[in-house]
Amino acid sequence: MNGIPLEQGLIVAGLLFAMGAAGVLIRRNALFIFLSLEVMINATGLAFVTAGAMWLQPDGQVMFVFILAVAAVEVAVGLALVLWLYHWFRTLDVDRMSRMRG
Amino acid sequence: MTDAFTIASIVALLATLRVITASHAVHALLYFIVSLLAVAVLFLLMGAPFAAALEVIIYAGAIMVLFVFVMMMLNPGPRAVQRERHWLRPRIWAGPSILAAVLAAELVFIIGSGVSRTAGAGQVSPGEVGMALFGPYLLGVEMASVLLLAGLVGTYHLSWHLGRRRDSERKRGIGP
Repeated sequence: MNGIPLEQGLIVAGLLFAMGAAGVLIRRNALFIFLSLEVMINATGLAFVTAGAMWLQPDGQVMFVFILAVAAVEVAVGLALVLWLYHWFRTLDVDRMSRMRG
Repeated sequence: MTDAFTIASIVALLATLRVITASHAVHALLYFIVSLLAVAVLFLLMGAPFAAALEVIIYAGAIMVLFVFVMMMLNPGPRAVQRERHWLRPRIWAGPSILAAVLAAELVFIIGSGVSRTAGAGQVSPGEVGMALFGPYLLGVEMASVLLLAGLVGTYHLSWHLGRRRDSERKRGIGP
């Protein structure tokens, strides 16, 4: 579109993804890890839409719709699992959940 | 328009930086919503209005509400009241508010400058997206529906067991 630097959009998407990955690695609270995963999914969607805008094709936005569906399912199941973890361990600290009893 | 794009990018990056460094989950959530709104502005500027609308309605609207619900379930009791009072201090909500105000000013500027009306040239309209979605990508739509159904069943299964376990613990008098 008129003079928008689309390469910049890809750079922003990459930085957002890196931030999300850093959040997954540095946070020890399960809820924060989950939020960082959402950041990463969102960055992926931004990259898809940017690529779609570069070639003026609708495929990028179609992929974004699919990513949105995957994110919705992931949030629903993941938050149910977070509630389970809180119920089992009475904490959301993932370091204290490292022992599997299965 | 390049400046608007840069400003929205910076807002998105700053808000995301606060998401991964915030010490409290609700603060992180506030900043993440601002980040999503900034990305929606980016979509709008890139000529993808459909994606921008979906980002605001589904992501910032529906998915974040789930997060808020779960946070409320994890923080019950009288401590919550005191925490609520603590949150109402301006220091807590000033940051997200300022970033959101920047985005709002940008939106007013974009609409006021009339750029959105002269689009068309470099824009992928919702109609094209719909034609592609239900044309060559029809199989993907079906797979997404199956995925949503699987998520529904899985979530129901997990919450059903959790509810039964809580009930039995309450009967034995050891649960919360």
